[in-house]
Amino acid sequence: MSEALMSDDHPRAGAAAPRRANRARRFLRNPQAVISALVLVLIGGAVLLAPLLSTGDPDAAELSKAFAAAEPGHPLGFDSAGRDVWSRLLHGGRNTLGGALIALAVALSIGVPGGLVAGYYGKWFDALANWVGNFVMALPAMVVLLASRAILGPTMWVLMVVLGVLVAPSFFRLVRGIVANVRGELYVDAARVSGLRDRRIIARHVLVVVRAPIIIQTALVAGIAISLQAGLEFLGIGSGDLPTWGAMLNEAFQNVQRSPMFMAWPGLALGITSAALVLLASALRDVLEDGDAKPPKLRAARRARVVTPATPDDDRPRASLLSVRDLAVSYGAGASAVDVVHGVDLDVAEGEVVGLVGQSGSGKSQTAFSVLGILPEGGRVSRGSILLAGTEVVGLSEKGYRALRGDVVAYVPQEPMTNLDPAFTIGSQLVEPMRLRLRLSRKAAAERALELLRQVEIVDPRRVFHAYPHQISGGMAQRVLIAGAMSCDPRLLIADEPTTALDVTVQAEVLELLRRLQAERGLGVLLVTHNLGVVADLCDRVAVMNAGRIVETGSTEQVLAHPGHPYTRTLIDAVLDDAPARPAWVAPRTDDGTEVPA
Amino acid sequence: MSRFAARRLAAGIFLLFVVSFVSFVLLSIPTLDVARQLLGQSASQEAVDAKNAELGLDQPVLARYARWLGDALTGDLGTSWFTSEDVLTAIGHRLPVTLSLMLGVTLVTALLALLLGVWAGVRRGAVDRLVQVLGVVGYALPGFLVTLVIVLVFAVQLRWFPAIGYIPLTTSVPGWLSTVTLPILSLSVAAVAGVSQQVRGSVIDVLRQDYVRTLRARGLPPRRVLFRHVLRNASAPALTVLGMQFVGLLGGAVLVEQIFGLPGIGSMTVTYTTRGDTPIIMGLVMTTVVCVVVINLVVDLLVGWLNPKARAA
Repeated sequence: MSEALMSDDHPRAGAAAPRRANRARRFLRNPQAVISALVLVLIGGAVLLAPLLSTGDPDAAELSKAFAAAEPGHPLGFDSAGRDVWSRLLHGGRNTLGGALIALAVALSIGVPGGLVAGYYGKWFDALANWVGNFVMALPAMVVLLASRAILGPTMWVLMVVLGVLVAPSFFRLVRGIVANVRGELYVDAARVSGLRDRRIIARHVLVVVRAPIIIQTALVAGIAISLQAGLEFLGIGSGDLPTWGAMLNEAFQNVQRSPMFMAWPGLALGITSAALVLLASALRDVLEDGDAKPPKLRAARRARVVTPATPDDDRPRASLLSVRDLAVSYGAGASAVDVVHGVDLDVAEGEVVGLVGQSGSGKSQTAFSVLGILPEGGRVSRGSILLAGTEVVGLSEKGYRALRGDVVAYVPQEPMTNLDPAFTIGSQLVEPMRLRLRLSRKAAAERALELLRQVEIVDPRRVFHAYPHQISGGMAQRVLIAGAMSCDPRLLIADEPTTALDVTVQAEVLELLRRLQAERGLGVLLVTHNLGVVADLCDRVAVMNAGRIVETGSTEQVLAHPGHPYTRTLIDAVLDDAPARPAWVAPRTDDGTEVPA
Repeated sequence: MSRFAARRLAAGIFLLFVVSFVSFVLLSIPTLDVARQLLGQSASQEAVDAKNAELGLDQPVLARYARWLGDALTGDLGTSWFTSEDVLTAIGHRLPVTLSLMLGVTLVTALLALLLGVWAGVRRGAVDRLVQVLGVVGYALPGFLVTLVIVLVFAVQLRWFPAIGYIPLTTSVPGWLSTVTLPILSLSVAAVAGVSQQVRGSVIDVLRQDYVRTLRARGLPPRRVLFRHVLRNASAPALTVLGMQFVGLLGGAVLVEQIFGLPGIGSMTVTYTTRGDTPIIMGLVMTTVVCVVVINLVVDLLVGWLNPKARAA
């Protein structure tokens, strides 16, 4: 979790310097970022140079020229009071953007230090500041601004300070969240242990991490500040006579029946500025937050899915329950496609337990998912054939597949806790598939679910039936998942590292349970695992997988005792080196007399 | 569940007290000489002092707050300084207008955002990009600018709806509809933009969850997995965002009511704050905060109902 957070969400602190140049290049290569930044620079420049770019005084009114059309020196014509629209637009921008800048500065200077301190030191300040932040966020900004105006009088600049306070929590929350996360990281602990002072740690490790999110948030909050500022002015409760875009819109709106065009100029200025800010923010997110990993092209992958299975031309007999031939799995499509499984052959006969062994990343889970037809998005079977109880499932429709899931093939996942829907009770999750697949009544399904819970040796089935997933332990959850897999009487069970996430004592119990159910029901089992002890304990045959290929298959005894492939030997040596192998297979299975150390 | 609700309710009431105290103290800073405004510039100092005594302004702030609070707890929010209207009655007349607006916006937003968000999250591809662009645009444009454009197009140019005015629901249902359609549309743009992005994000998140894969492996039809399991898990965060949007909508209502000439509490806020009518302002602030507290409570309860784990928190 923390590892994922570091690499995905926040740029790593140590690599900051060489990345800066890289980021500048990425920024320049992102058209959305460049264009929106350019628009903002243009608007900002025009507004700053207002006295140079416009001839007239924005407040000079010539009543005779009211609603007059454009003339030289006055490119946008005159408003209802005969004032130069172009000049008012530029000077109005000064006030509008200036007001928003004040609000932004106030928000940054309260929110960022507050968030740093609250996130880094925590304790009472964190609790208090967090409460205040939530409090301020619960107040509608517009209503508070109006009430403040009643207290502070109609000065726009003061109201902008209030607005800054009102939007400060958005910075505070952002910074606090990130800093609290970073604080728990090992490199910050290491810095503290090595005697760095807090101030240096914050400057060196913490600020680097919050910098990018703050820049992005600044663009977003600027948009909000501009829109609220213009809204206040539009209501005519800012500083009355000052030209601003909001006030211009208000005036134009009063005369909308006579000449709606006058709303266009301030409206466009406001709309373009806000849109450019939000677009810049979203582009910056891509640029600053390592967003260059493009999502897989799902549509292309879907289109590229194979429809016809390739029939392999060898005459090896195929097992009746599960027979995989020349299976290849790839992710992505076209030139960027990556193969993760290259031509796997695998057989499971009725009642047979086959272990699929390999290190993580060897493609064993991908093989299992292919058999079930539940590859993650972007993945697909790109070649080969899978016979499931005599039915070819490569290229099978979702509907055809559904007829096999549950009562022909069932699945026991690795992580028990994440594989139960947290929003439903255990009971309803067990009952639902049985009612659909076996067409049982609600009552019959509930009875069967209780019976299944009893069979997987859950002591108090009734309590577990009514419990939610977060109320039971991991070992209990794995038993529930096994009960779920058994619920429609499958012939083949695919168990993907069924004990890896469990405590050692619970592991043994769950393995025992699987062994018992397999024997009682004559199940065929494909057991995906990296644990050779589990293989030795349960499996009749074993297939060793490495880098997407099966490197060795054979009876468990033969493969473990006389590994033919160097990779298998490495795996076995690894078990002997550190982790204690399960004692069950030590003495009885060595037939050459040499004692295999536990 | 009931303990969870009671805790949230207590937090809301505490918030109300804090807001009332802070607002009252701030509003008592005498920047506008109310008595003189009421009596006119020519009034004698004695008359001004007498008026101040009548309004209770000669007493210390804490004593005044204590009296206000005592009255408020018995359901009396005082009378307006300027119009001598009873505050509660004045707000009571105008609140239904704003609430009917909010209800309409909430319904439209919930429906449209769910539709767009699920569609984008499930289909991905071009549909997804379109919904995302709409979301950015809807979020980026200032709300009142969107409102002005809507008025220009639908009321001034096309003349489909009146640009201004309000017909109460009790007078005529079609009339009411014709006067609230454009305001509701205006307020919904930003809300739909924000909530649909959240729905899209959580649908994509939930679709990647292990339990969705496991449910599919049990033989459940994808449609059932989507509508029963994915939607339920995705709607809790979406509801939270909808609740947060509501706070912004109360602010947006101020502008929208002003533009469409609707007699709700939003336009009332504009009118009375410019005069410094403390009893009315206090009443309006309290009303707004009560709305926020109630909405947050409803959202918390719904989230708790959708997500059993949140109940324990």
